[in-house]
This record gives sequence, C-alpha cells and structure tokens, in this order.
Amino acid sequence: MKLKLNIWRQIDRDAKGAMQSYELDEVSPEMSFLEMLDVLNEKLIAEGSEPVEFEHDCREGICGSCGVMINGQAHGPQKGTATCQLHMRKFSDGDEINIEPWRAAAFPVLKDLVVDRAPFDRIVESGGYITAPTGAGPDANLIPVPKDAADAAFDAAACIGCGACVAACPNSAAQLFTAAKIEHLNLLPQGQAEKHQRVLGMVGTMEQYFGSCTNHGECTEACPKEIPLDYIAFMNRDYVKAQLKNRKLLGQR
Amino acid sequence: MIGNLDSAVPPGDIGDKWTQHKFDMKLVAPNNRRKLDVIVVGAGLAGASAAATLGEQGYNVKVITYHDSPRRAHSIAAQGGINAAKNYKNDGDSVYRLFYDTVKGGDYRSREANVHRLAEVSVDIIDQCVAQGVPFAREYGGLLDNRSFGGAQVSRTFYARGQTGQQLLLGAYQAMMKEVAAGTVELVTKTEMLDLVVKDGVACGVVTRDLRTGAVERHSAHAVLLTTGGYGNVFYLSTNAMHSNATAAWRAHRRGALFANPCYTQIHPTCIPQAEEFQSKLTLMSESLRNDGRVWVPKDPDETRPAAQIPEEDRDYYLERKYPSFGNLVPRDVASRNAKTVVDEGKGVGPLKNGVYLDFSQAIERLGKEAISEKYGNLFDMYERITDENPYETPMRIYPAVHYTMGGLWVDYHLQSNVPGLFVLGEANFSDHGANRLGASALMQGLADGYFVISYTMANYLAGILGQPAVPTDDAAFTATEADVKNRINQFLSIGGTRSPDHFHKELGKIMWEHCGMARNEAGLTKALGEIPALREEFYKDLRVLGSGDSINQSLEKAGRIADFLELGELMCRDALERNESCGGHFREESQTEEGEALRRDDEFSHAAAWEWTGDPSNPQLHKEELVFDNVALTQRSYK
Repeated sequence: MKLKLNIWRQIDRDAKGAMQSYELDEVSPEMSFLEMLDVLNEKLIAEGSEPVEFEHDCREGICGSCGVMINGQAHGPQKGTATCQLHMRKFSDGDEINIEPWRAAAFPVLKDLVVDRAPFDRIVESGGYITAPTGAGPDANLIPVPKDAADAAFDAAACIGCGACVAACPNSAAQLFTAAKIEHLNLLPQGQAEKHQRVLGMVGTMEQYFGSCTNHGECTEACPKEIPLDYIAFMNRDYVKAQLKNRKLLGQR
Repeated sequence: MIGNLDSAVPPGDIGDKWTQHKFDMKLVAPNNRRKLDVIVVGAGLAGASAAATLGEQGYNVKVITYHDSPRRAHSIAAQGGINAAKNYKNDGDSVYRLFYDTVKGGDYRSREANVHRLAEVSVDIIDQCVAQGVPFAREYGGLLDNRSFGGAQVSRTFYARGQTGQQLLLGAYQAMMKEVAAGTVELVTKTEMLDLVVKDGVACGVVTRDLRTGAVERHSAHAVLLTTGGYGNVFYLSTNAMHSNATAAWRAHRRGALFANPCYTQIHPTCIPQAEEFQSKLTLMSESLRNDGRVWVPKDPDETRPAAQIPEEDRDYYLERKYPSFGNLVPRDVASRNAKTVVDEGKGVGPLKNGVYLDFSQAIERLGKEAISEKYGNLFDMYERITDENPYETPMRIYPAVHYTMGGLWVDYHLQSNVPGLFVLGEANFSDHGANRLGASALMQGLADGYFVISYTMANYLAGILGQPAVPTDDAAFTATEADVKNRINQFLSIGGTRSPDHFHKELGKIMWEHCGMARNEAGLTKALGEIPALREEFYKDLRVLGSGDSINQSLEKAGRIADFLELGELMCRDALERNESCGGHFREESQTEEGEALRRDDEFSHAAAWEWTGDPSNPQLHKEELVFDNVALTQRSYK
C-alpha cells in the first residue's frame, strides 16, 4: 500500500506545532499502525531527518502508553482497539491519514505525538486505592465477593489509563477514567470503608484539571477497553450519596 | 575462578529458616526510618510493591521510572496468573509442594532456601492483593477461583481473566500512590537510571536522565533497589515491551555487581508466530490456553488442507503422544523445544510454516463457546486483531518466543548483590527460578520480593549503618559518575554514522536467536562470540542518532540500551558456552538424552555462574556459587 501521512510535528511544549506531510510506500496490511510509523522513522533517519516521537511500549494494548488521533478519532477506526493493536489492513492503498496527539488542555504536548498525562496519576493519588497496609489483609477467602460484583468491578478495572476518553471528549472531560478508577474499588466489599472519601477526593482533583461532562458518550466509543458509560452514572450516584453522608460533616452536626 | 560466593542462607531446617531468620535479623525502629533514604528504580510489580511497603513503614522512598506513569511497567502485560499454595481446591497443594515443584521446574539450578521462602509468602500475597481490591476470578459462591497452569498437577493459580498482571500491578501501583499522597514516596517519572554510584565499594545513589528535558541528575540514598525487569529484548524480537531493557542492571554490573546465569532464557511456547521482517515485537498468548487447547501439527509436511479438514488420523498431537501424563501441560522449555523440533521437520503451519496449531474445537464442543469465551475471550479477540483469523473457528497458530530471563544480577538470601547497599528484586535478579521458570511464578516472585522480603532484609542492612548520613550528591563519586554518563550521551550523539539504533538491535537479535536461542552448540556460540564484538565495533563507528540530548529523543534512549545489550549478549553467549550441559531453558545440543531431552551434568554444573566485569567485555571473570540440595533429590525431570 502507498499512503500519505499528515503528522503533527512540534519541537517541545512551548513551540508552535504544525502538520507535516510524508509519503510512505510499501506499507504491508499485516503491519500494525505503530510498525508503520517505525518504518517511516527508519526512512526519516536514513534521509537525515529527525524521527517522529510517539509513545508506545507493550504493543499488546495493555500498558496504555500509545494513543494518537487518527483521522480525528482517538485510537483510530477500529472499535475497542488501542493504536498498537490497530493493523494497516483497516486502511486502503492511496489513503491519506491525519495523525495528531491527544488534544486536551490537561495533556500538554511534550513533543510531536507525545503528551503529558500526569493528571491521571494525581487523580489516583487522591483516593484511588484501598488502605490495606502490607501484611494486614485477612485470609483472601474470608469475605466472599458475589461474582456479579467481582465482574462489575473488573469491567471498570480493565481501564488502561491511555487518555483516549479525554481526547475524544468535546469538553476534554475525564469522567470515564475517573469513574472507572472509583467504581473498580467502590463496587467491592473491600472498598466500602473509604467509598465516600474516595469519590469526593478523586472527583475534586479531576475537576481541577479537566472539563465537565455533558453526556456526549464519545469517551466510551473511543475506549479501547469499551468501558461502559454506566460507570459515570455510578460515580455520580456515589458522589451525591457521599455529599449527603459526608461523615466529617455528620460529626460536626 | 575465585572462591565460592556466600549466599548468606541462614542455618536450620528449610521450613523454619525464614521464620527464624526474620527474628534474628536486626530491625530499624519507626522513628529512625524517616531518616533513611531508599531509591527504588523501576515501578513494576517488584518496585511498586516494595515502594508501597517501605513507604508504609516510614522510610523516605524515591521511585524512579522511565514511564510517564508507573502503571505502565511491563508487569502489566502478564496474562495467566499468580501461584500461591493456598490449597483452596483441596487437591493436595502445600507450601512444600510449591517449593518442590519450583525447584524441579527450574531443573535444580535455583537456591533451595530462596525458593522455599517464596512458596511460604505466596499465601500472604493473595491475602494482600484481595485486601487491596484486586478483582481475581471468583466462583458463583463468591470465593476465589483457581486453575491449573503450565506444568502443575494442582490448581494453585489465581487469575483475573487474561490480565492478571495488570490487576496485580494496579493493586501495587495504587498502594504506592497512597504513599505518594502520604508523602513517604516521591515519584520521579519519565526519568531513566543511567548509572549506579558506588563509593568505597558501597552503593550510594544513581545518576539519571530526565527523558523530557535531557537533564542529567544525581540521587543519593542509603540503599538502592533495582527492580528493573529482565533482558529478553537482547533478542530484539521478544514478548517484552519495546522499552524493556537491561541498562540499569548492566550499569550496576559494570560498577561491580556480579551478573549470574545470563544464559538462562525462557522461550515461551505460546506466542503468535512472526509475520514478516518489519515485525517489532511478538505477542504472547497466555499459557493458560494450553489447559483447553490441544497442540498438533499435520503428520505430512506437505499437507495443504485447512486445519478443520485434516482428519484426526492425519494429525500428530505430539505433546500428548510423547508425554502422556502431562500432555499439553508440560513445562515451557519442553513445550518450546518440541515445537521447534516439528517445525524444523517441515511440519510447521501457517503461510511461513513457522507455527503449530493450538486447537480449541474439542473444548468448544465439550464446554460450549460461551464457557471458552468467559475464560479466554480477550485473548481470542487479541489474536483475531493481530492475525485476522477467528480462533473460535480455525485453530490458533503459535510458536515459541523469548519471554523471560531467569538470569540476572547475583543476590544473596537477602536479595543484596555483592555490592553492599544494592538490592535487586523481581526478574532483575537471578535467584528463584533456576534454569526455567514455571508459569504464574513471575508475578509471585515480584510481589514476594517487594511486599514480604525486602522490608526485612533491607532493614537488617540499614540497621548496621544507622546514624550515617547518605553520601552527599556533590561528593566526588557522584561528580565522576555524572561525567561518565554525560560523555556517553555525547558519544552517541557525535558518532554521526549512517545506521539507526534499530538496525544494530535487529542484527544483534538475529545473532542471538540463531546461536543462543532454543538450542545452542559450541560451534554456534563460538561464532556468535566473534560476531558480537565486531557488531559492537561497527555500532560505535556507524551509529546515527539525530536530534539533541536536551529534549525527548527516543533514538538516543535506544542507543544507550542497545550499547548495553551488545555487551550483555556477548556475556550470555560466553555463559552458554561455559555451561556445557543442558538444563531448563538452556539446551546444549551436545548434552541430551537418547530421547532428545535436556541432560544435566550435576557433577560439574550444579552451581550458579556469576560473572564479574573486568573492564573488557570479552574477558569477564567467572565466580561460582555451589548449589546445595538438602531437601529435593536431583533427578532427571520426566513429564512422561
């Protein structure tokens, strides 16, 4: 296949970026999208031009490092698929492909297609854990977890933290990520003690960095793990409950 | 060869050693812990669990990771599960059996005392993970589910669909982030360790490069923990993540830490075969698939029919035929070598005839498509995305690929290297898996080291240096090491040759796979020992790294890692040549039984080979740790 690639090039965080066009021949349909970029980079190096910087690591769709906008779609056209698992057989000879970084104020571009997603760690740090110091846990089978609850928690825990939900959202909101992180723990018996603090803390931090949710649902469409929108509803439910049952406030009554 | 290395294994009965030793070791009181600085390099299972635990205990911890978030470390990609001797299935498991199986599975090349400790703490790991909210698979009654996994005759593997690694790592990562919030752990992301600082023979810090700005920085501490994973990417094509590398371990080696058993490489039997030359990495399909899938090839090398149309009598279920008692569940090394044998005989399947079938049709008939989908759905989806074939309808094609490295930095029973103050955890050390790792034991070891071993053994070391301040970062040792790091970076940028870093990496990978892969022999290894130094010389003459050192520059990052692989690869071949026996993942063609199985030579090679850097990569010094087996009788492994 022969492709025309329009790729966002930006020297650093403060520089002004621009789209730049490249022609690439001999693209095999068996290549992954990132292998296609590898081939481009080898060509650029051979020509003496700086290669395109992009994030990637496991190339198995689980580490969440990769992710670019492909023709305006986060992770490209294949549903439930991270950029590294997208293959060139989804494109045709002669296609023109626009490749851009995630676009969100909370994710500044560091170089070319690489963005800074540190705010996700700040959200997790604000309550995305169960306080269970090492060695303090009771026998693992002491508390049965109904299979339905375990499965629902798991579906949320499948989030790979790639940021596609934010990139796809017209408001750059991080509701789907935050909800997945909260509900993974809030749906489990082990997560109950800190349930209210967790949702208040994490939503509070989320709102410092990201836009507001207006129920477009683009996040779920872009999510490589297809995390359902329902979790945002669960998070909102927990948030309201937490506001009403805020134990600190109850104590001051 | 210099005298026997001291493993510091405590005395006593194997079952009591760890318990007694925990009492015998010195402690650091809570009020002293905050005065002690600990650096953890890497934030995978071993690193994140260690950082969380040490932070909870009150040490002043700094975690350095080259990822933008610690949740991306390659532990995340582990699929199958984690072993623990819980015996929840009431099928005869015990700590002793897990110990025994692991020593045997490692082909009697691991240290008994370490392995027993691993089996002991395995049960605590599961309790810890469940308390943290790890969503392990459960039965309808709400209790934990287990399955049998690669080479085990009991069901002791806990799992979380096909993403156990991600769920365990999220547990450890979240526990660590709790400590970041508490202020006991400082998180330094997008920063790569490029050297170890050693003063008067003691590890006292690291020098790093900020991958965003290129800033070279100094970090000082009372103890340095390397939790930086394995070196499988020396082969270029492996199931490791693209950035996984050996630089932290190799730089520590060059500063004096011994590197043990580098030739022990695990080739995983169930990966998707290579498609073409441009391929950047290989993808693992969890070994758990062998529980329900049957491995076969056509009997006729010239077979042209699609799999479904090949009748039973024309198929060779070679694992079931050769190993009636273990069948498709033989250990990884045995499964891998047998796949190579049939493919070498020309019976391979797929367009390049470079795979074997893993067939689920009978399991689907027996259990229904839904049950198979519940167990393996995400793996089947991943397979289809990559190959465009539907494994519910046509058998998967699989072939072995480099997956894990059992060798690593030499450590004693305390997980301390021969450089005091330098501790090595998880895949980066050599200690627990011998010559072959059993399935679902990597996650177990990473978390055992991080959650339940290091806090005791490191305290024992730190108690001995209480009151001493950390070496200041303006000390001459830091200045000299920083200068070395900067010189190296400038060297890569200024060679100005014609070839990209990837070019050299691919060339090295071909040499390694050809001569130091699934089967090795003297002639091939000798050839590789000539080719690698030549390639290294070419690398330093003809490397091209464009751009500058003061911004994101992945070519520059790669160049440093490949430079280290070019030295480590040579050591692997040398170790493989020196070890003139077959054991576990190390198969020397000169040493096999009449039936073609690995033949150990215990009289000569019942030791760990620990190599010392001498300044010349082609002339390392060999040290040995004799392995003592007081509990497990050495036998020829048999899975028939």
